[in-house]
Amino acid sequence: MSDKTTNIHGIGYGTYLFIWLTLCGLTALTATVSGIYFGAVTLLIALIIAISKASLVLNIFMHLRFDHYVFRVFLILGIFTLLSIFVLTYSDYLFR
Amino acid sequence: MDNPIETVVNESINSEHEHYDPERAKTGMWIFLLTEMLLFGGLFVAYGMYRYMNYNAFHTAAVELDVTMGTINTFILLTSSMTVAMALTAIIRGKKILAMLLVGVTALFGLFFLINKYLEWSAEFRDGIYPGSPVLDAKPPGQVLYFSLYYSMMGLHGLHVFVGMTVLTFMLVFIARDKITATNYAKLENSALYWHLVDIIWIFLYPLFYLIR
Repeated sequence: MSDKTTNIHGIGYGTYLFIWLTLCGLTALTATVSGIYFGAVTLLIALIIAISKASLVLNIFMHLRFDHYVFRVFLILGIFTLLSIFVLTYSDYLFR
Repeated sequence: MDNPIETVVNESINSEHEHYDPERAKTGMWIFLLTEMLLFGGLFVAYGMYRYMNYNAFHTAAVELDVTMGTINTFILLTSSMTVAMALTAIIRGKKILAMLLVGVTALFGLFFLINKYLEWSAEFRDGIYPGSPVLDAKPPGQVLYFSLYYSMMGLHGLHVFVGMTVLTFMLVFIARDKITATNYAKLENSALYWHLVDIIWIFLYPLFYLIR
């Protein structure tokens, strides 16, 4: 496993700066778009932007893209657990 | 000729000290981060359900929040995530002073975030909006729910920012004392992972609380 850690050595300041600029851009976008009324899709748009921002932080800042694949498996398992909790709770509330 | 048993023992002792496996520490950190994800996940489940059941009340209540303050805090946390990521690159490249500077700046951004939060909550308290206040109790139940979630989720997140700042301050001292170096940086890497998670939670809190209009 240890040979995989060498990968994060290659990530330079420029990459982080670029990702930061993208994140700031997405924040400006979500703040601007929130003022416009899109009906039911408003929340969807906000969530898609938030998920994009989170995945940039996870992949680049937290090195998931460059790290050993086991950490990606961890995250997927976590997200799957969370989604199951969401689905079970909501189906209970909505169909009881 | 050495005693063969002694040789084996010495080798195992040496390998114990020389074999450095940062992945082991990182695995533990990621498992911890998943539990954090589930902790906040439970609150997000509650938020989602209550928002669905009190759609209009949530929209009315959200108008009271200071969007500018929330946006400024978003930029602060995003920038701090970048600086802590850069600090790791700096230490790996042997730039000790730069790494210390970047870790220090990250902790300072955390402080700025909390100061903003303090100002924001003070303004809301002045308007009589705080858990159990007469002004809040007079509002419809849906709005009370919104503010209960707002204070508990923001409060728990703020606590995480405070913990992250404390951890980063320790990392600053570790770098200064050469406990964190270009070949031994697992502590800083794992602290950075924690800080990024706090950032990710905010990325979701921001649109869900501030950007409902």
